[in-house]
Amino acid sequence: MPTPDLTSAFVELIRRAATDLPEDVEHALRQSREKEAAGSAAHSALDTILENVAIARQNSTPICQDTGTPIAYFHYPEGWSTLKLKAQFEAALKEATQAAYLRPNAVNPVTGKNTGDNVGAGTPVMHFEEWENDYLEVELLLKGGGCENVSTQYSLPNAELKAGRDLEGVRRVALDAVYKAQGKGCAPGFLGISVGGDRGVSYFVAKEQLFRKLDEVSPQADVAALEGRITAEANQLGIGPMGFGGETTVLATQIGIPHRHPASFFVTVAYMCWAHRRRTLTWRAGAVEIK
Amino acid sequence: MIKLTLPASAEDIRALKVGDTVAVTGVMYTARDAAHKYMVESFCKGAPPPAAEQELYDILKADLKGGALYHCGPVVRQVDGRWKFVSAGPTTSAREEVYEDYVIAHFDLKLIIGKGGMGPRTLKACQEHAAVYLHAIGGAGSLIAESVAEVVAVYKKDEFGAPEAFWKIRVKDFPAVVTMDSHGHSLHAAVEQQSKAKLAELLA
Repeated sequence: MPTPDLTSAFVELIRRAATDLPEDVEHALRQSREKEAAGSAAHSALDTILENVAIARQNSTPICQDTGTPIAYFHYPEGWSTLKLKAQFEAALKEATQAAYLRPNAVNPVTGKNTGDNVGAGTPVMHFEEWENDYLEVELLLKGGGCENVSTQYSLPNAELKAGRDLEGVRRVALDAVYKAQGKGCAPGFLGISVGGDRGVSYFVAKEQLFRKLDEVSPQADVAALEGRITAEANQLGIGPMGFGGETTVLATQIGIPHRHPASFFVTVAYMCWAHRRRTLTWRAGAVEIK
Repeated sequence: MIKLTLPASAEDIRALKVGDTVAVTGVMYTARDAAHKYMVESFCKGAPPPAAEQELYDILKADLKGGALYHCGPVVRQVDGRWKFVSAGPTTSAREEVYEDYVIAHFDLKLIIGKGGMGPRTLKACQEHAAVYLHAIGGAGSLIAESVAEVVAVYKKDEFGAPEAFWKIRVKDFPAVVTMDSHGHSLHAAVEQQSKAKLAELLA
């Protein structure tokens, strides 16, 4: 079938992602507030965060002024044009930037010039994959620069952390990453972790985990147990919201396990800030739905 | 909650300690990486300002005395020819660690506002020049934008791009927490030490 024009639907997807925090994320923030001592800086930070979430939703203004790098995963049915989808998504980004749903975030590293419209070489990040379904799905993540800067990759074994090529090694480097991030990734954060892959795939899969619903654990029992353990132990570090000290440092850990080369063992930790802005658009027989 | 009005005096600043929550009212400037690099290279290294930059230098020199720099790259919108802040939370301050002590000393700044904290150089400059680091809540862009009553002016927008420009803003009851005071105390250093000890335990 011919690819429909979804530009305005994409603008709405971007608006929703930038201004309307997903329900499961907000719920996790509310729960974490209960754990912080009344009157503590951590509690007050979470109060401010939740108040801000409500204001942004009500006024349709960006939750955070750093509207991040747009990362979009497209799954499309047979016969669709990815060239057209790409052009439509870029046009939507320009329009959303004009409407102040997005800050212009595409900067030439050499000249320092900002393109002004969020479209530039290598940005937005778009992944396209054909699937067997008869509908289109677009998952969008707006990933801020602060939390991207504290995201990191380890090559195991790591002698300094005594991290070998096993799940215990993964635990050790993941906790090290959370420690090193302190409050700089806008804690409390979310960890998307990849174990395996080449360096590029490892980052790709780590970020892909951030699209999982927060209650979706790994189908593999030992990996699922590790996800829970990393979250629990990261919270024992006491870094707390904004790094003010407190009970909640990480709200969820989700791990993907792509196959690796025999010689390599990469562990990638994609740190997502509390403003975990992800939304999904589906287009099915002409009907658009955004969740 | 301590009300703080800009310009602030050394006495105002010395009275603040880590953990105090403050509400700031007055005129401040946003400044990120490009603005800091520019200030240090053009003004803070001892040579007279380049002729083309003299006008902005005079403005900054007057406005920043006793004043505040806010590490922020806002989302802005122009309504009827006037700029408005739409979302304006703090950005990570650590990137300015190599510049901030020069800027504090040169302009007699009293408040540095950002997120994530800064390092020993800035802490030392805060002690020596009676300044404090205020932590705003990262990500609270829409809420903080509501405390920006007016965008007074913007400088270097075309050269640096909107997020990196100097935005001169008038704020009312801008909310923040003192996390580095002028007496050598840093909440960030304390939390880092505690978490380091805990990490060692967990990895034992």
